[in-house]
Amino acid sequence: MRAFGKHIKSLRENLYKNDKSFSLRGLAKKAQIQPSYLSKIERGLQQPPGEESIKRLSKSLNEDPDVLLALAGKISTELQTIILKRPQLFSKIIKELKTLPDHALLSIVREVRDGEW
Amino acid sequence: MIELKNNKLEISFPEVHKDAKTSIDFKRTLRIPNDGNTYPLPAGLGNFPLHHIEDFSETIPDNWKHHGGVMLPMYQSEALWINFSNRNYPIAIKIGTGKINAINGREWRAALNFRKQDYIVSSEQPWIDGFKIEEGIIRQFVAAPLRSGLTVEEQITGEAEFGGLQIEAFPLKAEAWENILKRRKLEEEAEQRVYYCMAEPEMGFGMGGKMRQHIYADEHNPSDWDFLNSNRCFVHVLNSINWKEVTGQNPPDLPLTKNDYKLKNIPWFEYYSEKKALKGTNIFTKLQTVNPFKNETSITPKFVKKIRSKVSEWNGK
Repeated sequence: MRAFGKHIKSLRENLYKNDKSFSLRGLAKKAQIQPSYLSKIERGLQQPPGEESIKRLSKSLNEDPDVLLALAGKISTELQTIILKRPQLFSKIIKELKTLPDHALLSIVREVRDGEW
Repeated sequence: MIELKNNKLEISFPEVHKDAKTSIDFKRTLRIPNDGNTYPLPAGLGNFPLHHIEDFSETIPDNWKHHGGVMLPMYQSEALWINFSNRNYPIAIKIGTGKINAINGREWRAALNFRKQDYIVSSEQPWIDGFKIEEGIIRQFVAAPLRSGLTVEEQITGEAEFGGLQIEAFPLKAEAWENILKRRKLEEEAEQRVYYCMAEPEMGFGMGGKMRQHIYADEHNPSDWDFLNSNRCFVHVLNSINWKEVTGQNPPDLPLTKNDYKLKNIPWFEYYSEKKALKGTNIFTKLQTVNPFKNETSITPKFVKKIRSKVSEWNGK
């Protein structure tokens, strides 16, 4: 859970360098959570919040919600729905992909196709 | 690589540097009156939905399959602005409408032009709302049916071949970025010591009303840009009226009118930066603008939010 708080703090502090609205209070306001609660989360003293709060945090911090959810030890409802449709197949795929290097994983991500123009 | 995530184009160059990434989304907005006045920037009114064109290969025009890319629905009565996020690693972005460069009005070229800058740098420019016509003034990107004679492409080339939007991104070289990081670190340390309408389904873009917006000059050295790695995307624009027959999905709600904008008390924006802006006029000043779509009269900005060198949020702007 410490990794989640550390990541949030690091993203917030990077944004704060150029935009002072990313103070702890500022981010708490944007994500509609209590500043004291956010402070505890950042210091790893509190469990990460629920999915909706994490999604609001990801929007404010411009971070992929699935990354924040994964760091919080959660899976988004959207991903759960996808996995639950074909649980055996997805568990097999994830296990197979576990040891693949990043560049090999990136090759199976769906890219926007470029054509001739 | 370019991925489509949450209605954003996520552009990354993992082969260049782990930080070399940015994202682009397309914001719906009010079409400001084309009445000779120069307006501040209108707010973003939500994102245009984006889809891979291959998901609708049975129903899209044949030439779109050839171009590849993504597509979005747009009403003839609305306008669009382009939002650049993750403003850290410098990425040079060329923007075309109908393969006419939106910064200099010239036909599309594959490289970056440093002598007469024809691109924006995503780390310096938070957004772009239209065609640069002179220093500090742009004309809004408004939808115009292809083959209407009103698109910038048709007025410059005499043909309606491409329509839509074209994007090409070039990253800064990894070494140049590492140098910037080192410089920033030194600066930070120094600071600490002292004390930082209808009929035609395919759409193109014409020029709408005038707005105050600077296009910022590139402050990097030309040799710092990495020409060996670029990513391109063709963004097709379909008239919202035809969106359901192509995708089976309902189009977005009708765009806000100027009266809605007034009634909802939505702010206008001014963006200030100390950075150097591109000077000079170009071919766009000689082109015909798109006539009012409906009874278009002036609208007085009720209040203007002033933003200094940062991206603020009112649905993105």
